Amino acid sequence: MSKFNDDQLKEFSRLVARYPEGKQKSALLPVLHLAQDSFGGWLSAETMDYVAELLQISPIEVYEVATFYSMYNLKPIGKHLFEVCQTGPCMINGSDDIIDYIGTKLGIKPGETTTDGMFSLKTVECLGACGYAPMMQLGKHYREHLTKEKVDAIIDECRKNAAANN
Amino acid sequence: MSEQPLFKVTIDNITVEVPAGTTILNAARKIGGDVAPPAMCYYSKLEGSGGKCRTCLVEVSKGSEKDPRPMPKLVASCRTTVMDGMEVKNITSDRVIDARNGVVEFLLINHPLDCPVCDQAGECHLQDLSYEHGKAGTRYEFQRRTFKKHDLGDKIQLHMTRCILCYRCVFTADQLTGKREHGILDRGDHAEIATYIEKNLDNEFIGNVIDVCPVGALTDKTFRFKNRVWFLKPVDAHRDCKTCSGKVTLWNRGDEVYRVTARKDQWGEVEDWICNTCRFDKKQTSDWVIEGPRLIDRHSVIAQGHYAGTVGTHKPTETFEAVHAGRQPKLLMDIHSISEVNQPNITLSQLDRPAHSTDFNHNKD
Amino acid sequence: MGVKLLLEKAHVPGIRFFETYRKEGGYQAVEKALKQMDPAAIVEEVKKSGLRGRGGAGFPAGMKWSFIAKPEGVPRHLVCNADESEPGTFKDRYLMEFLPHLLIEGLIISSFALGSNDTYIYIRGEYAWIVDILEQAIDEAKANGFLGKNILGTGFDCNIYVQRGAGAYICGEETALIESLEGKRGNPRIKPPFPAIEGLWKRPTVVNNVETLAAVVPIINMGGDEYAKIGVGRSTGTKLISACGNINKPGVYEIDMTISVEEFIYSDEYCGGIANGKRLKACIPGGSSVPILPANLLLKTAKGETRLMNYESLSDGGFATGSMMGSGGFIVLDEDQCIVKNTYTLARFYRHESCGQCSPCREGTGWMEKILKNIDTGKGKMSDIDLLWDIQRKIEGNTICPLGDAAAWPVAAAIRHFRDEFEWHVNHPEDAQKRNYGLAHYADPIHVPA
Repeated sequence: MSKFNDDQLKEFSRLVARYPEGKQKSALLPVLHLAQDSFGGWLSAETMDYVAELLQISPIEVYEVATFYSMYNLKPIGKHLFEVCQTGPCMINGSDDIIDYIGTKLGIKPGETTTDGMFSLKTVECLGACGYAPMMQLGKHYREHLTKEKVDAIIDECRKNAAANN
Repeated sequence: MSEQPLFKVTIDNITVEVPAGTTILNAARKIGGDVAPPAMCYYSKLEGSGGKCRTCLVEVSKGSEKDPRPMPKLVASCRTTVMDGMEVKNITSDRVIDARNGVVEFLLINHPLDCPVCDQAGECHLQDLSYEHGKAGTRYEFQRRTFKKHDLGDKIQLHMTRCILCYRCVFTADQLTGKREHGILDRGDHAEIATYIEKNLDNEFIGNVIDVCPVGALTDKTFRFKNRVWFLKPVDAHRDCKTCSGKVTLWNRGDEVYRVTARKDQWGEVEDWICNTCRFDKKQTSDWVIEGPRLIDRHSVIAQGHYAGTVGTHKPTETFEAVHAGRQPKLLMDIHSISEVNQPNITLSQLDRPAHSTDFNHNKD
Repeated sequence: MGVKLLLEKAHVPGIRFFETYRKEGGYQAVEKALKQMDPAAIVEEVKKSGLRGRGGAGFPAGMKWSFIAKPEGVPRHLVCNADESEPGTFKDRYLMEFLPHLLIEGLIISSFALGSNDTYIYIRGEYAWIVDILEQAIDEAKANGFLGKNILGTGFDCNIYVQRGAGAYICGEETALIESLEGKRGNPRIKPPFPAIEGLWKRPTVVNNVETLAAVVPIINMGGDEYAKIGVGRSTGTKLISACGNINKPGVYEIDMTISVEEFIYSDEYCGGIANGKRLKACIPGGSSVPILPANLLLKTAKGETRLMNYESLSDGGFATGSMMGSGGFIVLDEDQCIVKNTYTLARFYRHESCGQCSPCREGTGWMEKILKNIDTGKGKMSDIDLLWDIQRKIEGNTICPLGDAAAWPVAAAIRHFRDEFEWHVNHPEDAQKRNYGLAHYADPIHVPA
């Protein structure tokens, strides 16, 4: 089972130190983010049990939270996760076409991962970039004013990065 | 104890005095009858419960003596405390009835309506509620939400499809047991009660989640499909138990104990929590000291065929003659003297045809 | 050009960093507040300013502050609500991304006014990169003596922490936000008790929107009375509007609340008119949960008066013929947009974001989404429209938190104003898949009864 390394433990301590004595449960959301980033982009039951142990809370309290928030992935996902917004303002600027285009280009439907494990496509609800629609989240950042050409470029960029890192 | 001020509150035109801090719902329960709003999630013995199902919504037509303004929205009576001089409308408010009908419809759209095969039928609060407020048909034309059945250990079954997410079982596990292992997962209309990874709920008091469940989502596996509750005779009984009070209700048929539950009051709430041993393992009449028949609301289907005094092993000794010191009961009227139909000296079965009035005339002669 | 109080310096290069921000006059309000004023005086200035909560509800901020309980020996907390998630709203993001120090400055003053030594910014999880920007700004402020122990030698200690959410619209509701900050599911609490009495960790807590807290800076700098002179009526000061949809210049604009809706949409200073030379069909003026208005009712009230971009004018006519200022998420729809489809995506959004705690919202939002999907894809029945109306009516006002209302209002308003478009979808299911209903009479002047 994977555990936090020293740097991650240091970050963990920094997060917990923000709250009063005995209120360490408050750090649960940021710690789950840290765990997800540290252990392959998703939260396994073992990871959640580990977080529970670190925060001295019961595992069910972690499961309850992890399943509530949409940003925690409870199943393995591709190396690059395309989270495309489909709510009103993005929809009227053509997000449906972008979602279709990405799906066709990668050969997957929303909620699926390519067989090589490189890309996952997910439709999400409003991310607060309505003025720069259509948009998607890729990792930490937003990609906005999406067009088919831009999507092509993003996919190429991801492939190139993956190749460079191998 | 310091003297708590008494507040006057009027609910459906009936005034009661209750201590400050009492909720509208509990004040209404003090009045009783139809004035008490239905409650699917509130449970007086579980801290933090209530406010979720919205069936107990009432209209506050006057806030208090000091501030008589009405409250703009309907409020959850289980979580709103009374103020002095408050006026509340429950069944006298069309708005409340309309909203409550709506809530009942919402609770039912995804409910399986599998009452004919559900162990809870007959003592299900949702059944009672829909009888009062539901419509005969449904306006919901979509596939109902379903979940897989889960075993929470070998004694409790979770049938999530029937759940109305009242959170009572979560509060029970939190407040009665040392460590809660089940909870609410996911959110919105996908939210479910679960353990996330398949787990046995293992705690001496966890069986109480069955009793607090207002619907058939949590059922007793030792009783599953064994009988319908209205065929059983509930009797109060007790035993010397080290873990709990040992005060239970046995559900018998003949001399056989079909199931054991905690005793429930008129609002369907458990009087004393009982332990798993009493609930699941003590299924012999000889395990128990029988106290007598459990009083069941006569409107309940369970009351059918449930005659106090002939239940179980208990036979009453207080006959009419004993109570009246040997005096025979005085009949107000002797049916035979005024009815010709039930003449005791005619044996209708001996006639080879339907009886005629002449048959009676003949005998009269 | 209107008055700019918040975004005036947004385009100064390097304003994101302490040095530039300070050089441009930043942190003067902190000095003034902490050295020359006491907490009660700050609350008084905010009350005088008439500042109303910029998150959506528009509750007077000074009044909210004065409700905070002050039990002996119990710490109090200020929490900044940066969980901006209402579709159409992206103004707080802009403020935090480009002017982080303005927010930090507002937070220091407000923390001092409320007596909060540990202040939290709860930011939506998706704004991941903004967390870094804010944390850097906090570090800079700390290094320069504006945060931490004994700020500016006044004896006031204050730390600000950034807490990241993880994807839940409901956490923008203040009690759900507090629950989330405590490491729990974002289930709104049942009120009372209100956060001012029992909030974060059962301590007295005030939750304010990013823009509200940033506005405290100009209020201290210029004084509450001066601030109140800007704007009109009870809509004082300036308001950030995030404009999006089918307009030429989507973006975040600061307005004083005296300009008309027409000017806001068509002038080059703001939205620059409808994109691609199309005509205006409808607009959701205050974030997706407020009632949608057809063009005729948007530009003029039912009484025939020019509609202005402020709290009172936007809600003129109630829900029958008006809407709301809300969060300032201004969504413009042109003649090619389908109201049914738009309403469907919003219903889907609210279904997705319902926490599932109370039955009307949990069950009702999903039901509305399914019916709207049917109508949108040509499988609807005429009775579905009345059914939708009845469902939204039974959700509204009957839920624990305002998400129920937020889900009900868009559906109600769409049916109220665009019922013929719904009917057209039902009657012409095949056409509805190929083309949009178009403009119909929505842009025509409204008939005003004498």
